[in-house]
Amino acid sequence: MDFQPTEDQRDLRAGVRDLLAGRYGREALRASVDTGAPLDRALWRELGEAGFFALRLPESEGGVGLGLPEAVLVFEEAGRALVPGPLVATHLAAGVVPGAAAGAAVVTAFDLDGPLVTHLGEADAVLGVSGLPAGEPVRSVDPLTPLYRVAAPYGDGDCSAYRDEGALLTAALQLGSALRTVELAVRYAGEREQFGQPIGAFQAVKHLCARMLVRAEVARTAVYAAAVTGDAGEVAAAKLLADEAAVRGARDCLQVHGGMGFTWEADVHLHLKRAWVRAEQWRTAAQAQELLARELLVSAAPVGPVG
Amino acid sequence: MDLTYTEEEQDFRTRLREWLAKTLPELPARPSPDDWPGRRAYDLGWQRRLYEAGYAGLHWPVDAGGRGATPTQHLIFLEETERAGAPYVGANFVGLLHAGPTIAAEGTAEQRARWLPPVLRGDEVWCQGFSEPDAGSDLASLRTRAVRDGEDYVITGSKIWTSHAEVADWCELLVRTDPAAPRHRGISWLAMPMDAPGVTVRPLRTLAGSAEFAEMFLDGVRVPVANRVGAENDGWRVTMVTLSFERGTAFVGEVVACRRTLGELARAAKANGRWDDPVLRRRLGRLHGEFGALWRLTQWNVSEAGRSAGGVPGIGGSVFKLAYSHARQELYDTAAEVLGAHSLSLEEEWTLDRLSSLSYTIAAGTSQIQRNIVAERILGLPKGR
Repeated sequence: MDFQPTEDQRDLRAGVRDLLAGRYGREALRASVDTGAPLDRALWRELGEAGFFALRLPESEGGVGLGLPEAVLVFEEAGRALVPGPLVATHLAAGVVPGAAAGAAVVTAFDLDGPLVTHLGEADAVLGVSGLPAGEPVRSVDPLTPLYRVAAPYGDGDCSAYRDEGALLTAALQLGSALRTVELAVRYAGEREQFGQPIGAFQAVKHLCARMLVRAEVARTAVYAAAVTGDAGEVAAAKLLADEAAVRGARDCLQVHGGMGFTWEADVHLHLKRAWVRAEQWRTAAQAQELLARELLVSAAPVGPVG
Repeated sequence: MDLTYTEEEQDFRTRLREWLAKTLPELPARPSPDDWPGRRAYDLGWQRRLYEAGYAGLHWPVDAGGRGATPTQHLIFLEETERAGAPYVGANFVGLLHAGPTIAAEGTAEQRARWLPPVLRGDEVWCQGFSEPDAGSDLASLRTRAVRDGEDYVITGSKIWTSHAEVADWCELLVRTDPAAPRHRGISWLAMPMDAPGVTVRPLRTLAGSAEFAEMFLDGVRVPVANRVGAENDGWRVTMVTLSFERGTAFVGEVVACRRTLGELARAAKANGRWDDPVLRRRLGRLHGEFGALWRLTQWNVSEAGRSAGGVPGIGGSVFKLAYSHARQELYDTAAEVLGAHSLSLEEEWTLDRLSSLSYTIAAGTSQIQRNIVAERILGLPKGR
């Protein structure tokens, strides 16, 4: 047993981080917020060319031939950079919807409970649904995640076959965001001075930051473990803990930023709003908890070696 | 990232499982929690069986009498012994997990030969003389003095929260040998015989009702200079070696036990109808997810230790301890919800567990201290006052 990323996996993650820092850094993020253009088709294609969507397709089908652990590391980086768009649905559609693997098509999914769907106006397809349903735009809390209301019953197919993988990859996005907000909070706490010293020297602020890291590290282990085992219970736990790490992490980060954190200029609100969106996608906290509770009853001794 | 065990590791697990299945039924009945001599005899008896079967000091280096097992094998050992319901390390905790590894890492050949074999064989019990009434989490402010007199140190002061003090043969004692030096310097690590004249032990009753630990008064106790491990005034560094062991794998068996308790809680809730309350049910579901993640975090930390030199667990132990100690308290608060008014009865095992869980955010560095460690040493935030 060696539950640590391999050299190749670390390199992959570092490569994606570099790619995204160059192509979708802070200025690009703020530009897309300012222009109200949540989806950049050129970036989508570049992500496709880099193998972002075709990562798990077999090489014989033009894919990269890697597995869920690698996909999770890549999505963690996308979450850190707050890349907008239906990344998870398009990744799941690779090999199913023409053009998805290459990033030529944008694919969304009915992954929210109820008649709302994200990015419908920019999408070429909806996962598991033939044709493109019509939808009314709804003002969205997240400036980079447009929402549309579709008429019920929405869609002739469903995405339940993709639920576990969708939940896991979404958890990976949440994880990246959670880790990023720890960094943002720590950096700000080290720079911002009050009462003659950096606010990070105050225990109250230190403890906020330490709690953020603990939540993020527990979530990280859950996400990586679920990627290795693919177990439905572990995926539910990963989603639950990563949602919490991202949402509460962003809130704590906002608190550390004080009044600045409440402004549109700070990036913190973007992390929080996206984390709220993702928490509603694929598997909510209540659904994850119910699944885990059921598992407690069926498995007498939920402990043991894997494999 | 690989969670499968190698063939060698699986073989180790299988042999251990077979040995446990054969050995555990032969064990005598467990003594009551307040019967300290009985507990000592029971824990030492178990240690002797481990020694005879070749499982003693599994994770200790070979030249210290251990088996030089990999961190993963040690993890399997702790997991399997807990699953099989084997006795806890008990009175041997300090000897096996603190003092022993410290002597193995820092002691002279003579010191290793004198103190390590009796720990492994189950002949001698150690206790830990670190905390003082005015030096708990702020360990560096300890005041117990040791003054050199010929070939001896003469020790005066007091210690507190000393588990197993009444039945210990040796104490790993931190003393101030240079009062003029800065706080962290001027401290030395000594092995003190508990039967030395001038040592008085007074049991302290915990809020759980048991005499789990004790106060210790030291009045002119003479300890040979030869009993000092590490250089004079270098005790702080020696101690850090000890603490890093404690924060690594000390809770493995407990995490396994907590996961089992969760299954029992779910079945109890199903039986008494509390399961139909979605709030309670979801709380149990959440805890199941959290303890699953804590188990994976253990494997993560062990894998990391396996890659580091010497297998000394990293600072991630603070992250684990913070998450685990709070989850454990949440677990037994939830157990009380399942039990309802029955949780008020001390006849319920979960009630005693609930009481004892209150110590987890205090012992071995409070959660507040752990958060400072995480913030300053992992996140790099500035030191404050």
